[in-house]
Amino acid sequence: MPDVNSLVNEFLIKLKKRKIEGSKATAKLTAELLRSFISQKRLPHTNQAGALIDAVKAVGEELIDANPVELAVGNIVRRVLHIIREEDLSLTTAAVGGLSLSAESDNEDDVDQGDHPALSAAAVAAAARSTLRPPSLQTLLEDMPHSTAVPQPSSSGGDSEGKSKSADKNSMTRKLKHNVIEAVNELIQDISTCHELIAEQAVEHIHQNEVILTLGSSRTVTEFLCAAKEKKRSFRVFVAEGAPRYQGHALAKELAARGLQTTVITDSAVFAMISRVNMVIVGAHAVMANGGVIAPVGLNMVALAAQRHAVPFVVLAWGSQVLPCYVVLLCNQAELTISIEKMLAYGNILCPLYPHNPEVLLNELKSPSELLDFGEFSDCLDFGCGSGSPLLHVVNPAFDYVPPNLVSLFITDTGGHNPSYMYRLLADYYSADDLVVRRRSTS
Amino acid sequence: MVAKKGGNRGVVGEDAEEELKRDRLQAILLADSFATKFRPITLERPKVLLPLVNVPMIDYTLAWLESAGVEEVFVFCCAHSKQVIDYLKNSKWFGQPNFSVSTIESHNSMSAGDALRLIYERHVISGDFILVTGDTVSNMPLTLALKEHKERRRKDNNAVMTIVITQSKPSSITNQSRLGMEELFMAIDPDTKQLLYYEDKANDLKGTISLDKGLLMDKTSISLHNDKQDCYIDICSPEVLSLFTDNFDYQHLRRHFVKGLLVDDIMGYKIFTHEIHSSYAARIDNYRGYDTISKDIIQRWTYPLVPDVQFFGNCATKLERRGMYRASEVGLSRSAQIGPFTVIGNGTSIGSNTEISDSVVGEGCIIGSNVSIEGCYIWNNVTIEDGCKLKHAIVCDGVIMKSGAGLEPGVVLSFKVVVGQQFTVPAYSKVSLLQQPVKQDSDEELEYADNSRGVIGIPSNSNTPEKLNQQFSTKLSDSHRQTVSEVGNGGVGFIWSLGEGGHEEEWRHSVAPIPADRLVEISKTATDELEISNRDGNVLPPSGELEPDSVDNDSDEDIRDDYAYFEKEVEATFLRAVHENVTEDHVILEVNSLRLSYNLTSTDCASALFYSMMKLALDTPHDTPGELVKNFATAITKWQKLLKYYLTSIDEEIEVILKFEEMCLESTKEYSPLFVQVLHLLYDKDVIQEEAILNWAAEKEEADESDKLFLKQAEKFIQWLNEASEEED
Repeated sequence: MPDVNSLVNEFLIKLKKRKIEGSKATAKLTAELLRSFISQKRLPHTNQAGALIDAVKAVGEELIDANPVELAVGNIVRRVLHIIREEDLSLTTAAVGGLSLSAESDNEDDVDQGDHPALSAAAVAAAARSTLRPPSLQTLLEDMPHSTAVPQPSSSGGDSEGKSKSADKNSMTRKLKHNVIEAVNELIQDISTCHELIAEQAVEHIHQNEVILTLGSSRTVTEFLCAAKEKKRSFRVFVAEGAPRYQGHALAKELAARGLQTTVITDSAVFAMISRVNMVIVGAHAVMANGGVIAPVGLNMVALAAQRHAVPFVVLAWGSQVLPCYVVLLCNQAELTISIEKMLAYGNILCPLYPHNPEVLLNELKSPSELLDFGEFSDCLDFGCGSGSPLLHVVNPAFDYVPPNLVSLFITDTGGHNPSYMYRLLADYYSADDLVVRRRSTS
Repeated sequence: MVAKKGGNRGVVGEDAEEELKRDRLQAILLADSFATKFRPITLERPKVLLPLVNVPMIDYTLAWLESAGVEEVFVFCCAHSKQVIDYLKNSKWFGQPNFSVSTIESHNSMSAGDALRLIYERHVISGDFILVTGDTVSNMPLTLALKEHKERRRKDNNAVMTIVITQSKPSSITNQSRLGMEELFMAIDPDTKQLLYYEDKANDLKGTISLDKGLLMDKTSISLHNDKQDCYIDICSPEVLSLFTDNFDYQHLRRHFVKGLLVDDIMGYKIFTHEIHSSYAARIDNYRGYDTISKDIIQRWTYPLVPDVQFFGNCATKLERRGMYRASEVGLSRSAQIGPFTVIGNGTSIGSNTEISDSVVGEGCIIGSNVSIEGCYIWNNVTIEDGCKLKHAIVCDGVIMKSGAGLEPGVVLSFKVVVGQQFTVPAYSKVSLLQQPVKQDSDEELEYADNSRGVIGIPSNSNTPEKLNQQFSTKLSDSHRQTVSEVGNGGVGFIWSLGEGGHEEEWRHSVAPIPADRLVEISKTATDELEISNRDGNVLPPSGELEPDSVDNDSDEDIRDDYAYFEKEVEATFLRAVHENVTEDHVILEVNSLRLSYNLTSTDCASALFYSMMKLALDTPHDTPGELVKNFATAITKWQKLLKYYLTSIDEEIEVILKFEEMCLESTKEYSPLFVQVLHLLYDKDVIQEEAILNWAAEKEEADESDKLFLKQAEKFIQWLNEASEEED
């Protein structure tokens, strides 16, 4: 245990000190940490899933607090919680389902066939609540028989079958943990291979002799463009350099090395060039449930330019980037602060993400020294004269918020989606109960 | 992790031996500034624990060291060592993975030198180490500087230290940097970055600095900077510690150690500089530095060491619009106006219609309504009642300001002071519950003045303010035995009389910005001074000093200048010898030392001495040329031994004749008709041999007609000499 604790602490410190950067790296590290946490967690004999969920929640809360701006952490925690619930569910259904299915299956079939619409709605709602499973498309279409079969055992904490099948218990203990770890492994795998899944779709979107514009650098975008190139598509890429970090330079270098026609432009030249562009492809920091995007700074400007010239604005995002909350841009351009709306309307469940503080700054203001050399400008920052307040301010926000109406298409590892469809994806990835990771948030 | 990886990368590529030798990267953190600039606050709490934007200074230093890849830190505690150690014990710094912090306690160290000597005795430092003080705020990566240092070390074992500098132009009016430190002059070799000269007390020199001429001889180019700031971050080799032990009189890191190494050319130790450009590094030296660095932190130059990043143990703070940082539980009245670049700490409540701007407010403060706070640093648990007005002040923990009280710019209220109702504390005053210690002998070295620090500590509980007050009043007259203290009705505390610099200098180092009228005043006096110095411009600067701008001159000119100075010095020495009857041996010694310091040859000495003698003869009152010759004859008789000492060969004798010729032409025209007579005299006195004169004549044969003026004069004499030598044959 102390081993895991130190691991957790180390990770916390890294997060706090902003030593981990990039949503993917963070996501992967978080998933790996949670995997080792789960594998070392000793579970009680009863209500394992509940205990595990509580434990993971406790850790997750700390992780999220460490860097509230790095949304990937929270998303991965929610994903893992969701996995635990699902595995628990499938285990209990496997154990009890065999006996009870025959009795209830007929009913369920009826429901599916829509014979009793009123009943079905209630049943679905009850099932969703009791199994902690949100009404995702998959649930609605595929998993119905299983999920509705469980309410009784799972709600009673599994003690009923615990009495009857004590022999099975030990194996189950191990099995739950084993399955969860397996699934988390799969998640980690997904995170590392999501580029490929996204890149596979490149040929469907990039056509011969097109001009693509991108800003800054993103691993996903690089892979996406290169995948199209490998499929013998010939096209040109405009790379906006992405001040102040100028990651676009690195991207241009890499693209040129892979044999792509590349042109580097300044960020301020985007509007001038956009009329010659066929499509804008960018990466994202996080995707909001409403289809809005938190992206590297400068992208809102690109999106507006693209809209003005009716150029498709495509965002590449992978599953765990989708954030289960709406975001509202509250303040003006100068401050560039993004606040999360207090309440999230999700179906008819209201999910407050940060119930105690309606205004959460989601932007990270980085060091001004990325823009200017401190030494050179130190003369302007002499507080010894005048009123004592500085005359020169340097603001260096890391992110922009691109509203959903500017986004034409999301390409995720599961395919292309319309912004208005993004909230649907949530149900596949997250459990509604986990949207608030903070425990006892209502009290 | 980034920095850490970087740290390892710095080592990759160096040979395996180095890899083996290199163990943990260590750092020495001096948790004591050995100065008294932050008094009276530092009488009660060590400087490193003073909050800087609500986080103790030492946390900034430790967090930076940790992120820069340092693995082991030795915190040297001296003043209030118990407080520092207790703080570290209660913080999370002990028991961090890959980052060990240990303390070294001392009660009798009075300077950084003492501290380093003590650390040397402990034998804890095994390799290169970082030397910083506990009041350093930085986010610079050490990788590059360390790599440079190590590479230099491999090539040259004498490169013992690398100091980190950054660009910062001092104000042209006040001649102090933005951190309130005095203008710093540094000479750096632009190619190797070697530090050649370091002067941080340039103000005392009245606009001139003196460079060792040797520097100009050895180096092809030197850049002289006054726009650099010393960050007081040093990368040292272990030799530094032993050097401190060897030179037990080294106390101050810069004033003694750095300057000592620069002057000492016997051991040949070298100091290098590393300039940082984009990253931030600064040390809090005085109140102005405290103000400036606080504002830099709020403006995020120190990222990631900023209030909204929990870099260590600080509570969660959120950055809101217009650069306002607010902790999670702040009771803020709707009508309160919080201006930009303000930090409000946890659990603080602010009343209605209160205005706060450019300020830092700590935790648990209670601020009433209609209060105006501008540019202040308010620490924890401070109570400010309704209607107070605070401007550019530092208010320490537990202070109570009764309603209607005011603070004028530059005020420092130490711990638990109470300011009475409607009382306004005058500008630049420092108020403390403790009495001002009796003025110690005003040693220029402030750092020694602080001997008793370790003993004073915090006043024990029995030593209540009332009691102190009593002591105070008994010591003074009975008229002070009243409830009305120095700080208003119901107030508690003593107003300290102003420090060494007096009121005149107080504005330089206070938190308050320098008032505009003061700036005008200074610039006026500065121009006046400039005029005066211009008028005096013709007078040569005192010996051994060069105008800073003469550095740019050609080295040729420099040498000539040097010779002129040398000649003057020799003349002065000689005259002193004449008037004070100094023996010849002593004169020779003095001239020799002058020759060494100016790096000239003995030929130069001979001609300079000869010149002095001629000058002496010339200055003795005389009416006719004949008398002049007589004067000269007496001088030369008296001092010929001295001259002879330097005339070891014919060449030097010829040099003297040439010098004489030159003098006759230029400086002392009186001698020109007497050329032959003097020459003859010299010959008679055996100062100059016949051979030398003949050689000189032969040499001159080939010269231009104009140069032959004196040769013609001496023709007869030379002829006679020739004949005489033939006769001898």
